[in-house]
Amino acid sequence: MRKDGLITLTSSGLFCEKGDFYVDPWKPVKRAVLTHAHADHTYRGNEHYLVPAEGERLSRIRLGDEADISTQKYGETAVMNGVKVSFHPAGHVLGSSQVRVEYGGEIWVISGDYKLMPDATCAPFEPVKCQHFVTEATFGLPIYRWQPTEFIFDEINSWWRRNREKGKASVIFAYSLGKSQRVMNGIDRAIGPIFTHGAVERLTQAYREHGVDMPTTTYVGSVESKKDFVGSLVVAPPSAQQSVGWLRRFGSHSTGFASGWMMVRGARRQRAVDRGFVLSDHADWPELLQAIASAEAETIYVTHGFGEEVVRWLNENGQNAVPLKTQFVGDVAEEGIAANEEGVS
Amino acid sequence: MKPFTELYVELDQTNKTNEKIDALRFYFANATAEDAAWAFYFLSGRKPRQIVPSKKLREWAIEQAGVPEWLFMESRDTVGDTAETIALLLPNNATVDETPLHQLVEVKLLPLRTSPEETQKQAVIDAWSRMNYSQRLVYNKLISGSFRVGVSQQLVLRALSQISELPPDILAHRAMGEWEPTPEFFNKLIDPSVDEDEAPIARPYPFHLAHQADFPIEDLGPVSDWQAEWKWDGIRAQVIKRSGEVFIWSRGEDLITERFPEIAHAAGELPDGTVIDGEILPWLDDKVLPFTELQKRIGRKNLSAKILAEVPVILQAYDLLEFTGEDLRATDFRSRREMLESLLSGLADKINGAFRVTESVDAADWDGLSKIRERSRTLGVEGFMLKRLDSPYRTGRHRGDWWKWKIDPLTIDAVLIYAQKGTGKRANLFTDYTFAVWKGSDLVPFAKAYSGLTDAEIRKVDRYVRDNTVETFGPVRSVKPQLVFKIGFEALQRSSRHKSGVAVRFPRILRWRDDKTIEQADALETIFAMLDSFQNPSDGQSS
Repeated sequence: MRKDGLITLTSSGLFCEKGDFYVDPWKPVKRAVLTHAHADHTYRGNEHYLVPAEGERLSRIRLGDEADISTQKYGETAVMNGVKVSFHPAGHVLGSSQVRVEYGGEIWVISGDYKLMPDATCAPFEPVKCQHFVTEATFGLPIYRWQPTEFIFDEINSWWRRNREKGKASVIFAYSLGKSQRVMNGIDRAIGPIFTHGAVERLTQAYREHGVDMPTTTYVGSVESKKDFVGSLVVAPPSAQQSVGWLRRFGSHSTGFASGWMMVRGARRQRAVDRGFVLSDHADWPELLQAIASAEAETIYVTHGFGEEVVRWLNENGQNAVPLKTQFVGDVAEEGIAANEEGVS
Repeated sequence: MKPFTELYVELDQTNKTNEKIDALRFYFANATAEDAAWAFYFLSGRKPRQIVPSKKLREWAIEQAGVPEWLFMESRDTVGDTAETIALLLPNNATVDETPLHQLVEVKLLPLRTSPEETQKQAVIDAWSRMNYSQRLVYNKLISGSFRVGVSQQLVLRALSQISELPPDILAHRAMGEWEPTPEFFNKLIDPSVDEDEAPIARPYPFHLAHQADFPIEDLGPVSDWQAEWKWDGIRAQVIKRSGEVFIWSRGEDLITERFPEIAHAAGELPDGTVIDGEILPWLDDKVLPFTELQKRIGRKNLSAKILAEVPVILQAYDLLEFTGEDLRATDFRSRREMLESLLSGLADKINGAFRVTESVDAADWDGLSKIRERSRTLGVEGFMLKRLDSPYRTGRHRGDWWKWKIDPLTIDAVLIYAQKGTGKRANLFTDYTFAVWKGSDLVPFAKAYSGLTDAEIRKVDRYVRDNTVETFGPVRSVKPQLVFKIGFEALQRSSRHKSGVAVRFPRILRWRDDKTIEQADALETIFAMLDSFQNPSDGQSS
């Protein structure tokens, strides 16, 4: 990364010196512009925040009542010391954005985490042309190619139905922000009642407040009789899998895990769940390449995930790519392969 | 291969025993005998000789998928399995291959082994184009000889037992030894009216396997109910003499008669209808040699006079399973043992030391036995085997009548210096480690270990490796030396092939010493002091 570019990498994060703000900083700074509300992109302790209005309530939950938060809608432009800053949908989770930064003809897009596949719980990814494109690479290997969403939901639905017929509960582990709501939005709600873990319930309520269609859910902790869980769907964050006591209340149950990592059998076996559902909120290999191509950038900066591999592939295929060592972790943290889920309460 | 692939997916998808048995039962109840025979063959862990090397499959997959080789290899490291990587990388395909399993194997797979490469390639690419993801995965595993799925043969037999109403032990016996996966074989396997006496003469009995005693040894009750034998570190084997012929089987059901002519020759002196269970050991000057010596012999196609003289073998016999053609497994161990002793002592002049009845070690109480056990390392054994004197010879791994009572491993605190991603269940996690000890101010690699940490610890170490990589050499990463682990191992031997000068047997991680800094890790001198502290059979010198 050039030292004199509009955006530089510092020990606190991606910095725009001209506009005096950081994008998704990991150490406390004066002004933070945030792409989305996942733990590795939204840290507490900054003096002032600018977040996409479409995900405001999620940021509020994450940052607390005291935080000084301003919001801005998709497509609107703020000007900071002459630098234009705008949010554009990233299709990752509700309110997730790419941050476009422009000054003196130099245009950067920091895409945060994104996916191109349709998702009814958030606005679709919008290609934004730029000279400098910062991309994730969580699933940056060609083995990662997602099936159509309908196909995955057919699998989840028939799993739930089959368990219900056997009198079992279906416990699905899904990251509490985004994946859980996507599962509940897409599932066949006629099959049976849906219960939620506390972490999921709070964020699901925020989704409802933003007008996203969510089925009726009941917080697990408010249920008196264990019988209520028979044949139901329980949505819980991956960390709940470690809590044997918490799971015991569901009696006979089958476990599932919704994540792009489930593409690989070894990863599913590590998780020790009955079923893995390949449902990801990140771009797969073809989507990554498509998003990168549509940005038409001169330089591509590749951050977390299989960064080295994507950089090498791009450079071998006539593009100019460089690795960027940020502290973003993508799905590794979110979905628990190297679990660090304390960030979500 | 559609129903078989569905079975594979079902078995692979659940970790619940009952669901696996249900899936197996459903498959075998609906399969033709032709298909069932092959399914049973593959599920019980047997495999035909490799048909196409996975290196070739990789080459053709790289071409079909249009990825460079390095990207294939990166993908493989993440997936931890070549067959699966290929299935994932090939272009998506919704078609399903309806060829029955036996036809696929007999007509399309097996004949390919001797075909020219171009024919093989066309056949494989054609097959890929007709199959969906799961079928390709199964196909790749079958063709490269790497088919495995998370069921034990015992589980398969339980399912078949429910279908045939035959006890699993009878099925286990019928499935031993060499057989061809034909419909006749399968029909006979599950036919309750078949007479056991007509079994093939080479057929071994299922081995009785022991668990490690993981409780205070006094819990076993009066010591007089038990026989203690030294636990040898060799090759578990069953020696059969029937109808004038000799067969030696390993525990993995390989016929190893030719590899041990000394034992085969002596076995020729046994009366017909004799089956002995024991351990093949490299044995010289009335002492056992280290297992590595035996490995030298196993690896050879031709046994030269030189190697036969350098590493002679004997059988430490410990059980008699059949005598005068009669199955003795239901008889108590005490009686079997007496018969074994009298049989072998009667033949002593003919078998010329090739068979020895393994020594029974006696003590008045567990304490006494425990003291004697401390001599294990000096004797080159792993501790004791404890066998209940009034027990039958059981089928498979069983708790209660046989116990391994091993000595505590040797231990060393060592520093993690290299890490590599694991395979299978540990795919995409750094789980294969190299540990080092101090030699002056340098850390020298001393052992590799793969197991011993909890899943949570593995994730932590994985994270550490990713954040602290110093250099990358292909799949191996060197990491900043910081983490210390307690490494356990069974035996030590001087070795000129190892940088540290010692080779260790069965190293594994006992625990993470997060209370220690690397300066507190052990030095090579400590290891050499261990070597000297007991008379090591490999040097043949006493200390």
